[in-house]
Amino acid sequence: MCLALPAEIVSIDNSRETAIVALGPVKKEISIALLDEVSVGDFVLVHVGFALHRLSPEEADRTLALMREAGENPEKEFAEGDAP
Amino acid sequence: MKYVDEFRAGDLAQGLAAAIAREVDTSHTYNVMEFCGGHTHAIFRYGVQDLMPANLRFVHGPGCPVCVLPIGRVDNALELAGDPRVILCTYGDMMRVPATGRRSMLKAKAEGADIRMIYSTQDALRIAVENPDREVVLFAIGFETTTPPTAVVLKQVAAAGLKNFSVFCNHVLTPAAITHILESPEVREIGTVAIDGFLGPSHVSSVIGSQPYEFFAQEYQRPVVIAGFEPLDVMQATLMIVRQLNEGRHEVENQYARVVTREGNRKAQALVAEVFELRPSFEWRGLGLVPYSALRIRRQFAAFDAELRFGIETKPARDAKSCECPSILRGAKKPTDCKLFGTVCTPESPIGSCMVSSEGACAAYWTYGRFRQPGRPTAPSTEAAA
Ligand code: SF4
Repeated sequence: MCLALPAEIVSIDNSRETAIVALGPVKKEISIALLDEVSVGDFVLVHVGFALHRLSPEEADRTLALMREAGENPEKEFAEGDAP
Repeated sequence: MKYVDEFRAGDLAQGLAAAIAREVDTSHTYNVMEFCGGHTHAIFRYGVQDLMPANLRFVHGPGCPVCVLPIGRVDNALELAGDPRVILCTYGDMMRVPATGRRSMLKAKAEGADIRMIYSTQDALRIAVENPDREVVLFAIGFETTTPPTAVVLKQVAAAGLKNFSVFCNHVLTPAAITHILESPEVREIGTVAIDGFLGPSHVSSVIGSQPYEFFAQEYQRPVVIAGFEPLDVMQATLMIVRQLNEGRHEVENQYARVVTREGNRKAQALVAEVFELRPSFEWRGLGLVPYSALRIRRQFAAFDAELRFGIETKPARDAKSCECPSILRGAKKPTDCKLFGTVCTPESPIGSCMVSSEGACAAYWTYGRFRQPGRPTAPSTEAAA
């Protein structure tokens, strides 16, 4: 039910507030009515046919770097994700 | 798949497991409740519990929208589906949920009711346009993730003046349920369920943001770490909870920063606020009546409210005797404590709702974890997850 997957925007139809996304090899039409602004090439989180949020590639890289660091270097202080 | 596979990498998992093992205080126990069924699913599917030290335990919470919908509401949907004018549109997960007398939508459909499985609210809209002489009812369920899509479709039908579409609204709110769990007698009574920290919802938080949990972390003095649904996300967030507990902190932190912000999705929030308002009280399966924990359709959209259009009244209905879902949803019991688990109750033939959705604790135990339970029968060869 709560399954949601990151997908890349391939094309946008602003008049219908829809976009075609690529989920791996699969192409699918979704609604972008819940997003303010989205461009081709953006990754969005797709849930029940709607894009819920944009995915930040910078934050994804940062999270992966922190994971790597936690595993590799016990001495070094682990900076938590993005504490609000 | 990009942004999925990276967060399942085995070498990073081992590093994170080692970090957690190194940092836990062996004189303490750490009970971490994952609220979301998506986390429960990830924990079982990837064996995350097995990578944890012995004194760190995941307690499975009520965050599966299919599992918490009370039987009375499923009975209502079945009644609607029995009306020959009605086409009932539902998300697939609801099809097997057992209602009163072990009825289900799957059975009703087999008996001839016009029930359509939809992927998106947009499918329901299309069905309504294509069937102008039928009453199309969207059986709307779910947390803050499925609510904005329902708001969008209500605005679309209102704008189009579509007369044959209505919504049976069962949307519920996450923060209210978390608060309720912490206030339940089981949790207050020391020793029954101790919850030391929470893995906060992933996708729900992409909509509502991390801000709504701030009050909660303060008030109940428990750390909340918003975590993604991939196994590495769960592990990293668990490490962050361990660190908070070790340092005596209780803050909201955000491990899932690639999707969740403090504010969340403002546009989606505004749509939801425009279309829905709070219900003073709503029943959750397993939790009972929870104040201000659900939404109903605002008066401006009353013309599209199936509850008004069809005069729906929800009668109290009882869960199957000896089903332990109510205790399981509060983290007070494990699925294996239920004597029906894996014998009478399986995903093929569920007795309780926790066995239906692949995010339910019982289904997750059955599908991925049951082999660790010696003396239990083996799983069927078919893919068990709903
Ligand atoms: S195993 Fe089945 S009957 Fe037992 S608690 Fe889970 S859902 Fe209910």
